[in-house]
Amino acid sequence: MDKISPLAETQAINLESNFQGKKRWLMTSAADNGFRQLTKILAILLLGLVITLLISMIYSSRLSISQFGFSFVFSSTWDPVKEVFGALPFIYGTLVSSLIALAFAVPISLGVAVFLTEQCPIKLRPVILTLVELLAAIPSVAYGLWGIFVLVPFMREVVNPVLGKTLGFLPLFQGPAYGIGLLTSGLILAVMIVPITTAISVSSLTAVDPTQREAALALGATRWEATQIMLLNARSGILGGVILGLGRALGETMAVTMVIGNRPEIAASLLAPAYTMASVIANEFAEATYDLYLHALIEIGVLLFILTFIVQGLAQLLIRQITKGTKSNA
Amino acid sequence: MRKFIDKLVFGLCSLSTVLVLGILFLILIYILLNGITSVNLDFFTQLPKPVGEEGGGMANAILGSAIMVVIATIISVPVSLAAAIYLAEFGRGKIAVITRFMVDVLAGVPSIVIGIFIYTIVVLPMQRFSAIAGALALAMIMVPTLVRATEEAIRLVPQTVKEAGLALGAPYWRVIIEIVLVSAHKAIISGILLAIARVAGETAPLLFTALGNRFFVKVLDRPIASLPVQIYTYAVSPYDDWHRQAWAATFLLVMFVLLINLSVRYVTRNKSS
Amino acid sequence: MEKNILKEANEVDNKTATKIEIEASSFNFFYGAKQALYNINIKIPEKSITAFIGPSGCGKSTLLRSINRMNDIVIGSRVEGKMLLNEQDIYAKSVDVVALRRRVGMVFQKSTPFPKSIFENVAYGVKINGLAKSRKHLQEIVEQALKQGALWDEVKDRLNDSAMALSGGQQQRLCIARTLAVMPEVILMDEPCSALDPIATEKIEQLIAELREKYTVIIVTHNMQQATRVSDYTGFFLLGKLIEFDETEKIFTRPKEKKTEDYITGRFG
Repeated sequence: MDKISPLAETQAINLESNFQGKKRWLMTSAADNGFRQLTKILAILLLGLVITLLISMIYSSRLSISQFGFSFVFSSTWDPVKEVFGALPFIYGTLVSSLIALAFAVPISLGVAVFLTEQCPIKLRPVILTLVELLAAIPSVAYGLWGIFVLVPFMREVVNPVLGKTLGFLPLFQGPAYGIGLLTSGLILAVMIVPITTAISVSSLTAVDPTQREAALALGATRWEATQIMLLNARSGILGGVILGLGRALGETMAVTMVIGNRPEIAASLLAPAYTMASVIANEFAEATYDLYLHALIEIGVLLFILTFIVQGLAQLLIRQITKGTKSNA
Repeated sequence: MRKFIDKLVFGLCSLSTVLVLGILFLILIYILLNGITSVNLDFFTQLPKPVGEEGGGMANAILGSAIMVVIATIISVPVSLAAAIYLAEFGRGKIAVITRFMVDVLAGVPSIVIGIFIYTIVVLPMQRFSAIAGALALAMIMVPTLVRATEEAIRLVPQTVKEAGLALGAPYWRVIIEIVLVSAHKAIISGILLAIARVAGETAPLLFTALGNRFFVKVLDRPIASLPVQIYTYAVSPYDDWHRQAWAATFLLVMFVLLINLSVRYVTRNKSS
Repeated sequence: MEKNILKEANEVDNKTATKIEIEASSFNFFYGAKQALYNINIKIPEKSITAFIGPSGCGKSTLLRSINRMNDIVIGSRVEGKMLLNEQDIYAKSVDVVALRRRVGMVFQKSTPFPKSIFENVAYGVKINGLAKSRKHLQEIVEQALKQGALWDEVKDRLNDSAMALSGGQQQRLCIARTLAVMPEVILMDEPCSALDPIATEKIEQLIAELREKYTVIIVTHNMQQATRVSDYTGFFLLGKLIEFDETEKIFTRPKEKKTEDYITGRFG
């Protein structure tokens, strides 16, 4: 009856925090809100940055846009002396060199991806994958340097003559063998995008339920037939990776600039010198002595931005699909 | 017949792998052989000599690159951290979706376009090329990589760790900074290092922001030399001696970049279980 | 007395008349250094349904997967002893694994439809093994397989729809039809109903019961009631060893081994 409950005693202890003033406020949820708003503002800053980019570039190419309008995209005359500008040679060069890159990179990176997921001993896989990804770490200008002094002479002395002899009847492979040009650029780009397409293909393949492979084998399929089922399952991720690689190739500047030949003309031959959107900007920006010239170059930049924007957007859509799939499997 | 196709296909796959690895080694060996002989003390300490004269080094370019990369890191890291925290912890609504989309867009923008952008909003108003313009261009390239890496690092911290912090009465902002970021620090630092490695080799965005310089630069509002731009300039020149120096500089740059990449991978390799 | 002798004589006759489809003889299995199966000796009669039961990790799935050499894809797996299919050792060097797997089909725990149409799923095994002589022949095979798999009525109007749109139970019956389409001699099932609801389970159990007329079926199951419902013979496994193998009725009412009895009565699980 006279027992003092231990609870009653503890209730007497002061539960007030020792923090005073500003420190006290920092412990409240008001501070949390402030923090939240701060991060939100910085996130919106990023949003604003991209919008500003587009607006600013369009503004800085207004002279060229107003003077040439839509014909800028379709005109193939690029004459700074006569003050006539058209972007077609560069669009052509960019697209063709990137497509050549894809034509070489896709089969090779699929081959590597299948090797890594089906044949390679498990312990060796991260090693080889790391090595392949090192190709992505090498700076573009290093590729360019290697291109100028190693690949170009090789193309000029070895590959181009062989192509001329065997496939020279095709207009694709005619013309003098300088060693530079669309084909060479395409090859260097291929090497540069192999790591991306391989890495994404590998992760798409490993995300596939392995029971699919077993089910195929259980029906009497050979290893390759079972692999085809795995590739079928992984197709959207792989496609996303390929498109991502395409986006990278489209915007690649330095390596291409150093081996493309810098000639703003559309030629039928892959061995002829050419020009890409990124290269012309890199080469002639500092020499643009008058405003229209500069604005024309910036307009090419806008076109390049739009092109890569569309391609990257497509790639992201496809890749998001597979990552959603793996999250629900996990 | 089916067996033959089976063997053929897997043979081709092995061949592709050998091809890719072979190209990697080919490139690295050329850089090694051509560059290592020219990397000497002069290279690190001397300024470029005038056109036509042999010798000289790239001391100013090395310093210039270092300065711009450091400034770019200082600018981009806080912004990226904040954005990543927002996206990982708070972002549920439309703003988060749009921001994430914009980060992806920014990640895909060619670096030369970023160079143009900085030219239009920094170089033109300032009426001059400058180190700060170069640094800003590099920072803009770093941001998407950093935001993605950091967001993923934060998401990997288990919910229970956060809840334990909150249950002790810590306000959310403290939980994030002191507990979540600290738990994820390894991954975040790896992300920062990889972004630095990437941006140290960028040439295009510097071409018309920082331009280039043959001397040491002590202020931030003047053009400044950088290693990648110097390599490019020397490589496309007609002088053999400049070519030699370009290889040396490439060797240095590639060593730096590969070293960072390999050590980051090595340090983080045990994390995935 | 006379009746008993006659009955016993009949039973003996039945036993010698039954052909053995699968026989394991001193069969040992290793995953690298770890041994998973110890000296298994078992004779599985043809055109019957055999259940493998036992607690988790007892080796029943490992033995099952050894019968179509699915374990070959596990690195470091090793086999000692013999596994005979129709008196041929399937682990002999001259055996073509790919051809073996056509004769011994497998249905997995989780249904695994390929990302193709319903028709293409069932046709897959037929196509790669070159079993159909013409397009029409292929269609007949697919229809028959789907009928045998008790799925035809439900999908006959939408054969070109994606198989992924079917329910879990339908997908599993599709996988069974897919296996039946290549006309195997043996069908292995690794807990085929464990991911399904009771109604789907019942349908599949009915299907399995009908399969015994044409096929030798071995089913691994955790569910002892399922074993009693469906199988003719049962093998009880524990820690990699075959403890007892006999007619299902005998195992569940008068088991010879104490360990079998303990498991069946739930003393351990």
